[in-house]
Amino acid sequence: MGMRGKVLGLTGDEAVAYAIKQVEPDVVAAYPITPQTIIVERISEYVANGEIKTEYIAVESEHSAMSACIGAAAVGARAFTATASAGLAFMWETLYIAASCRLPIVMAIVNRALSAPINIHCDHSDSMGARDSGWIQIYCENSQEAYDAAIQAWKIAEHPDVLLPVMFCLDGFVLSHTLENVHTLPDEDVKEFIGERKFVKVRSHEGREVPFVLDPENPITIGPLDLYDFYFEHKRQQVEAMKNAKKVIVDVGREYGKISGREYGLLEPYKLESAEVAIVGLGSTMGTAKVVVDKLREKGRKVGLLKIRAFRPFPYEEVIKELEHVEVIGVLDRSLSFGAQGGPLFLEIRSAFYDFERRPLISNYVYGLGGRDMPPDLIMQIFDDLEKIKEKGRVDVLLKFIGLRE
Amino acid sequence: MSGEKLSLKDLARKRDLLAPGHRLCAGCGAAIVARLVMKATRGPTIVACATGCLEVATTIFPYTAWRVPWIHSAFENVASTASGIEAGLKALKRAGKLKYDHVDVIAFGGDGATYDIGFQAISGAFERGHDILYVLYDNEAYMNTGIQRSGGTPKYASTTTSPAGKVIPGKLELKKPISHIMVAHRIPYVATASPAYPLDLMRKVRRGLEVEGPAFIHILAPCPRGWRFDPRYTIEMARLAVQTCVFPLWEAENGKYKLTGVSRSIARNPKMKKPVEEYLKRQGRFRHLFTPENRHLVDEIQKIVDEEWNWLLKMCQLS
Ligand SMILES: Cc1ncc(C[n+]2csc(CCOP(=O)(O)OP(=O)(O)O)c2C)c(N)n1
Ligand code: SF4
Ligand SMILES: [Mg+2]
Repeated sequence: MGMRGKVLGLTGDEAVAYAIKQVEPDVVAAYPITPQTIIVERISEYVANGEIKTEYIAVESEHSAMSACIGAAAVGARAFTATASAGLAFMWETLYIAASCRLPIVMAIVNRALSAPINIHCDHSDSMGARDSGWIQIYCENSQEAYDAAIQAWKIAEHPDVLLPVMFCLDGFVLSHTLENVHTLPDEDVKEFIGERKFVKVRSHEGREVPFVLDPENPITIGPLDLYDFYFEHKRQQVEAMKNAKKVIVDVGREYGKISGREYGLLEPYKLESAEVAIVGLGSTMGTAKVVVDKLREKGRKVGLLKIRAFRPFPYEEVIKELEHVEVIGVLDRSLSFGAQGGPLFLEIRSAFYDFERRPLISNYVYGLGGRDMPPDLIMQIFDDLEKIKEKGRVDVLLKFIGLRE
Repeated sequence: MSGEKLSLKDLARKRDLLAPGHRLCAGCGAAIVARLVMKATRGPTIVACATGCLEVATTIFPYTAWRVPWIHSAFENVASTASGIEAGLKALKRAGKLKYDHVDVIAFGGDGATYDIGFQAISGAFERGHDILYVLYDNEAYMNTGIQRSGGTPKYASTTTSPAGKVIPGKLELKKPISHIMVAHRIPYVATASPAYPLDLMRKVRRGLEVEGPAFIHILAPCPRGWRFDPRYTIEMARLAVQTCVFPLWEAENGKYKLTGVSRSIARNPKMKKPVEEYLKRQGRFRHLFTPENRHLVDEIQKIVDEEWNWLLKMCQLS
């Protein structure tokens, strides 16, 4: 299996656009922003050439992009958008609305730093700023993963136990503009895998069981005023949906493995067996880090890494299972949470181990802001540092900046 | 049925799609406007509503007053939400997944949602040509948040953010000519309407639904609370606004302006035109104008109304 599709030379953006072409959503509403532009340009071309029947809405802003996706998804259409940085920040209000209206929209985020100062290069400040918006977040290591996520996302988002929008993230320029060999699936395999969008039943105000979609024959009200008497319960339902998403992400990843030969889960352990120190991170840097781990392993050093794929829902239990034997953990963050003890991923990992009886030493490394390079020797330094911490038996400096001129 | 052929008799028999029991204030102009608009619908219809009095007071969970599928997303994005609905319907139809031949899409926005915060989204939706009817219910301030000024608040009206004070006599800026701006978007249909003239209003709504492409209807929605008048006079205020030419009735199909109803009669017989004072003095928001020091401001408003009316007559090739 997995041998039926073509291998294409694609940049990350092109890989996403190609997957979306195969999915052929009903509506794409998007606004260009570097480094996402190639995605919307390619999709526009597919539409212009009649290769897909998608309605392309060239909206006048990202706020309207997400709003149009909300309208389209509410009427039963499949809706896709893509953005980065300022565009995602501009969407902030509507991100929450999309998630809270339980609309299974799919969005590609091509990670880019936030202003000011304006910077077009990669870091994760944009998507990390949206981590509490109620969206599922999947981080991709390479273009292949971006292609695969662009297909799986629909099945996760639309699952009746989930009904939450999904954003999958790929690093700006590092992935978006870099050519890679991408194994694609045949169009019909993608279409079959995704299937038709189905609708859960809800009780309408007229007392009937009706599909959860704007349908003139079965009127429902979406997005009402919801005050202290019910709002809280609705938020609780979103918490449940996020919890359910963990199993669904794994199931969908497994099912996808059957048709592609590439199986996915919530996270990916790499050479963690017998590892004494390990780094945890997400995104393209994990590709570089794997090479570093290989080199160090060759030298007999007991190192490994854990790549987080799903940041929301966050796989706490799975993280502990993978890392329970590790003595020192270095968490790599490509964004900051100003005023906090460390970056967003660090806070999650440290909190995950709070109830674990044998807590490992955990240290935080912030790197790559505004596109600052993260070459192998810097990752090597982190492993050196982790081993030093292990010898000392304590973490002296919780948060360190990697590759920074002090 | 075309917009011209609607009759009050038929419309009176039609079931209200905005059900009673909502919590808009007694005498709320917006409630009357929405009910009339919904009376003029012609088939399967989906409604999107911007944040504001109309949205907040008609859909308090777990209740809703809407007998049509309805969505509220945010304050400033009703036009883009409606764009997505329309595009979604189009795509579903093309894919053979829509069980209706056609579904009308109506977007409701208040003056805040339209003149100010949602202006860009409307301009974008109209430029892209979505087949939607946008209804502006204009109560001339942000009523939901407590009567703050908007770009649609008329000059010298007192609001909570343009209060009539000892040195500043209310809002100093003119009401934005929103509907003319919409005509300038070269959309197929733009009209003004008043709940005091329900048949004219409903015909325009029907016409707006019939044309292919965007339509914009600007409807005055007097607000007893914000304008400070007794709730029983809502329709009278809506009527006086037209009779004084403060809010003339017109439509522009493919950019061609035409007066309708009473406004057309006033153009033929200028003696029918009432002085603005008759409208202003009935409302608490203009009370401060009726002092000896501020009298000249009433004259100024009269002058502005006359100028705008004359300009409109020219646009309608009536002068
Ligand atoms: C982005 C945003 N800013 C501010 C508000 C607060 N707000 C809610 S409704 C409203 C005013 C609505 O005014 P208008 O559109 O005229 O409708 P009305 O309430 O007068 O019917 C404001 C300021 C909001 N909901 N969202
Ligand atoms: S404040 Fe005005 S617009 Fe709002 S519900 Fe009351 S009367 Fe209607
Ligand atoms: Mg208002």
